[in-house]
Amino acid sequence: MSDSDNPVDQIEAVAANGLLHRRAFLKTGTLLTAGATFLTAQAAPPELDAWSKVPGRPPEAYGNRSEYESDVVRLPGFSPPALGAGASRTPHGSLEGMITPGALHFERHHNGIPNINPDEHRLLIHGLVDRPLIFDLESLSRYPLVSRIQFLECSGNSRLLDADQPVDGTAQSIHGLLSCSEWTGVPLSILLDEAGVQTEGMWILAEGADSSLMTRSIPMSKVRDDAIIAIYQNGERLRPGNGYPMRLFLPGWEGNTSVKWLRRIKVTAGPTMTRDETSKYSDLRPDGSARLFSFQMGVKSIITSPSGQQTMRGPGLYQISGLAWTGAGRISRVEVSADGGRTWGEAELPGPVLSKALTRFRMPWRWNGGPALIQSRAYDETGAIQPTRTALISERGTQFNYHNHAIQTWLVSANGEVSNAYS
Amino acid sequence: MLTRKVHVCNFIVLNLLLCSFALAQEGPGLGVPATPEQVAGWDISIDPEGENLPAGSGTVAQGEAIYDAQCFACHGQNGEGATNDRLAGGHGSLATANATKTVGSYWPYATTVFDYVRRAMPFSQPGTLSNDEVYALTAYLLNINGIVDETTVLNAETLPLIEMPNRDGFFWSAEVR
Repeated sequence: MSDSDNPVDQIEAVAANGLLHRRAFLKTGTLLTAGATFLTAQAAPPELDAWSKVPGRPPEAYGNRSEYESDVVRLPGFSPPALGAGASRTPHGSLEGMITPGALHFERHHNGIPNINPDEHRLLIHGLVDRPLIFDLESLSRYPLVSRIQFLECSGNSRLLDADQPVDGTAQSIHGLLSCSEWTGVPLSILLDEAGVQTEGMWILAEGADSSLMTRSIPMSKVRDDAIIAIYQNGERLRPGNGYPMRLFLPGWEGNTSVKWLRRIKVTAGPTMTRDETSKYSDLRPDGSARLFSFQMGVKSIITSPSGQQTMRGPGLYQISGLAWTGAGRISRVEVSADGGRTWGEAELPGPVLSKALTRFRMPWRWNGGPALIQSRAYDETGAIQPTRTALISERGTQFNYHNHAIQTWLVSANGEVSNAYS
Repeated sequence: MLTRKVHVCNFIVLNLLLCSFALAQEGPGLGVPATPEQVAGWDISIDPEGENLPAGSGTVAQGEAIYDAQCFACHGQNGEGATNDRLAGGHGSLATANATKTVGSYWPYATTVFDYVRRAMPFSQPGTLSNDEVYALTAYLLNINGIVDETTVLNAETLPLIEMPNRDGFFWSAEVR
């Protein structure tokens, strides 16, 4: 087939270096077959496969995935002797869609995962309330439940982009402190109304039952807006690593504020100024001052495929795929560049596009086999635009350590290898 | 005009209905009243004014002995840092490319030191220190940072009075101002 006959060449290019119209796959049914393919006729078996000729396994009580997928795992990180003060990262380079499986949801603990007996766990609400009250899991389960698909991102996510030189990282190692689940729980405002918040009660302190008794102060306005006490994740009870049997969940806010293993809520007049909201999770500025309570996560996107340490299998048609999100609400637009940010084309948002959820974007790309710097840039419904790394650093320096939502670049080399780069 | 008024009225009535519907969301009232004794037993958080600080006291010398026995392995000699966070020094480093955030150089409130040590330390045996021991450790950590002298005795009255060097180094996000 000559180039001129190839339907791929008739697809509208929307930006330099091979980016095609976002609906190219929909427009041209033959486009996929016209692209390079690696499946040869010789590779196909001549008759029924072996597994088609023997009875399969019986049903399972709790499902396991295929043994061929066993390398798709979280990336745990911790250093002795404080083994419980670590994190594990979601393998975004191997996942698609918008939901993170419970077993692959990222974790960040401050002294390990407690083994909580739900029958003995209690939640106390007290402080500036008329009636201090105690709840347990069974009682919370009888309250009106709400379910929402929303992301959770650690504010230390993508911290590796602060480094002077690009680290040899992956979508998982750089951006893996990010996940998205359906969270089901009780609106916290219902419980606070039952306790009777006094007029001076403008903040709460939330405390976990892990052995670090992790605490954060939260403004009452957020509690009234959309805070829930989550008791289910993707339809099943919370995973122990994600707060079983109950956690605070604050949509769109830095993950640390969604206190896991929730045991106590104290209504207060002001913030308690805990260790984890002053000495940690505060953004240090170049002038030595530091910002407290940077709660809302900024508008951000990452390309998950192709991504770091993956290998492209020769020139041809690919689909760039990635995730976009914002703590402010909905993603309105995502753009992709294949020339290091000089030209941009609009990506497809196949949906659903939900408020404070991960939003999948896709973009057809004809890779010509030459070096390419691919990037994504997200916009949200408030008009906010994801900044470049250079712009973020010029504003904040390199010591702020949290809330890095800069545009990230993958370098696709001529040999097909993909690596983290600065552009 | 009459029609328009009706529409406006309908709009208001509709809003009232929606509001009352939203307000009507309430639970089955299953919270069990907590006694003052239960609340007192659970409530260990200390705010910057020192509200809720317990009885007891501790000295710098007492704190040094506890530190050397229980904290040294992870935090190093004199708080210099080891496998875990450095706790002393770093004064004047925050505006440099090698910012060193320690109790002395960064933390805005001395009450937070007491609160955090009592709830979370020592890492392998949290919750085992007495209130006297936590006051003593707090005194020691402030002393090695040059914030209090070696004769200092900390208790519920003296601790909230301590002014940390970086007390004014923080500003609040516009989200909560």
